[in-house]
Amino acid sequence: MRSLGRRDVIPSARRASRRRADWRRRGLVLFLMSPWIIGFTVFFAYPILDTAYLSFFHYDLLSPPRYIGLDNYRFLLHDDPRVWPAIKNTLWLIAVMVPARIVFALAIALMLARIRSGAGVARTIFYLPALVPPVAATLGFVYLLNPATGPVNKGLGVLGLSGPNWFQSPEWAKPSLVLLGMWAVGNVMVIFLASVLDVPRQLYEAAEIDGAGTFQRFRHVTVPAISPVILFAIVIGVIEALQYFTQAYVAAHIAAGQASQAGSVTTSELGYPLGSTLFYPILLYDAAFRRFTMGYASALTMVLLVVAFAVTYVIIRRSRSLIYQEGTQS
Amino acid sequence: MTASVRWQRLIGTVGRHALLIAGAVVFLMPFVFIVLTSLMTNDQALSDRLWPDPFQPSNFVDVFHQAPILRWTLNTTIYAGLATLGVLVSSIPVAYALAKLRWRGRNAAFMVVLVALMLPPQVSVVPLYVMWSKLGLVGSLWPLIIPNWFGDAFTIFLLRQFFLTIPDEYLDAARVDGCGELRVLFTVVLRMARPAIAAVAMFSVLYTFNDFFLPLLYVGEKPDNWVVSIGLSQFRNLHQVQWNLTMAATLLVMAPVILLFFCAQRAFVEGVTLTGVKG
Repeated sequence: MRSLGRRDVIPSARRASRRRADWRRRGLVLFLMSPWIIGFTVFFAYPILDTAYLSFFHYDLLSPPRYIGLDNYRFLLHDDPRVWPAIKNTLWLIAVMVPARIVFALAIALMLARIRSGAGVARTIFYLPALVPPVAATLGFVYLLNPATGPVNKGLGVLGLSGPNWFQSPEWAKPSLVLLGMWAVGNVMVIFLASVLDVPRQLYEAAEIDGAGTFQRFRHVTVPAISPVILFAIVIGVIEALQYFTQAYVAAHIAAGQASQAGSVTTSELGYPLGSTLFYPILLYDAAFRRFTMGYASALTMVLLVVAFAVTYVIIRRSRSLIYQEGTQS
Repeated sequence: MTASVRWQRLIGTVGRHALLIAGAVVFLMPFVFIVLTSLMTNDQALSDRLWPDPFQPSNFVDVFHQAPILRWTLNTTIYAGLATLGVLVSSIPVAYALAKLRWRGRNAAFMVVLVALMLPPQVSVVPLYVMWSKLGLVGSLWPLIIPNWFGDAFTIFLLRQFFLTIPDEYLDAARVDGCGELRVLFTVVLRMARPAIAAVAMFSVLYTFNDFFLPLLYVGEKPDNWVVSIGLSQFRNLHQVQWNLTMAATLLVMAPVILLFFCAQRAFVEGVTLTGVKG
């Protein structure tokens, strides 16, 4: 401390007033932070700890929790026939839907970045579907892709093709959700567009002088320049895939309702048809809020939590620039 | 520039435009079909025809007879209004403390916000449901509204990023003039951050309007308290309603969001960009 020698010289009254100012400052920070401190404790830290605790209990909300050790985890790993299909379905989303959306969004952004006339209108058109409330969008797509009467299969019929059964078929239900996801890709597209437009023109000009073609310019100029944004989009995409719920729930609900209306009786609406849209969050929802097996649902949650933490760790490690002010304009 | 390069350019430009136009048409198609179907009679909606004949705009009136849409709208308005107000009141001070005050543990605290932002909402839902059910509030809108009054990670994150762009000189000038920190926040920062606050409020309204998972848990069993998203998802199965009416209801739910977008397009795109570019 530089001022060590002088400290004794400072009159105690002034020292006390400085200490008071320090405390007042700390009090101010505490006051400003208090909503989040309470919110984090009650709605975040406590639930996570309690989930860990409950995962060792049998709990149905009615009778008090009963300790059963690792039984929930044993059931999860060995006995529940729906866990592995749910995990596989969620991995399918990560392997297919996430890359499909990112490649598609990037392709649109690259094209939008290079046109001059009508760019504003085009941008709006490609962004608009992202705004449509997910329930409404899903309802629209179930209608559009209705096997017998939907416009898409009618259109394919005119061309002499017979369309698939889309949301009614176990093979096509997930691809139908991918189509829905690609339609609503606007948010990702806007972020790519902004970052593509941020790439300095001189880099492209220099590459062109060196004789780089379109693809080489993309590969060696655009991709390196926007790679942080691509990583960001991948991680966000994976996080969204881990919590993918609304579209799958609504699509299964509507499609199953339609099938039962048509007479073909359905066994269970969640994951319809035949568990092909039973993603991990749907399974979790079923365990917790349909069957009220809260302890088992807590065990399922712990698995999700560990995976989500791992993914979060990656993005937080990579985006230190968010935390330190310098270099935020990466 | 050689002729062949110019030709290549021209082909590239034409090709790009053609692809974009085709893409734009495909992107608009779902809207077109939803609008057309919402104007059909039920028989037409099931037939081969794609163009309504006759037009039946009365579908949009019928929809209100089929389901208590006004009731759902009122519930959504309460949820969106109180949640957004709470998000702003509770998140602005936190974002200010994280962006503009210096204190030990600030970076760690921000890290915690980031983690909270990234984790799926499902990870906290079981104990919270137990908590709300012990409080007897399951079935009401309160479990949806109350958490928003204790800081929202996404809002805190966005506002902090924006507050960082406000030069410290402005704040220091106000402090030299004798403003306390709260006055600095209320006069200088809030005034300069008005676009960001508008964007954040809009995102909150949109989020609550679109929210499905939490309303399903807390008011799903209580039709009186259904919000628009839940009501719409149940609409078609409610009394075996037809597709033309379902599409009319779908359109009614899309309309406010799309109107909001056209009224506040700039704030929108800037806000979305703010979330991503700084990564």
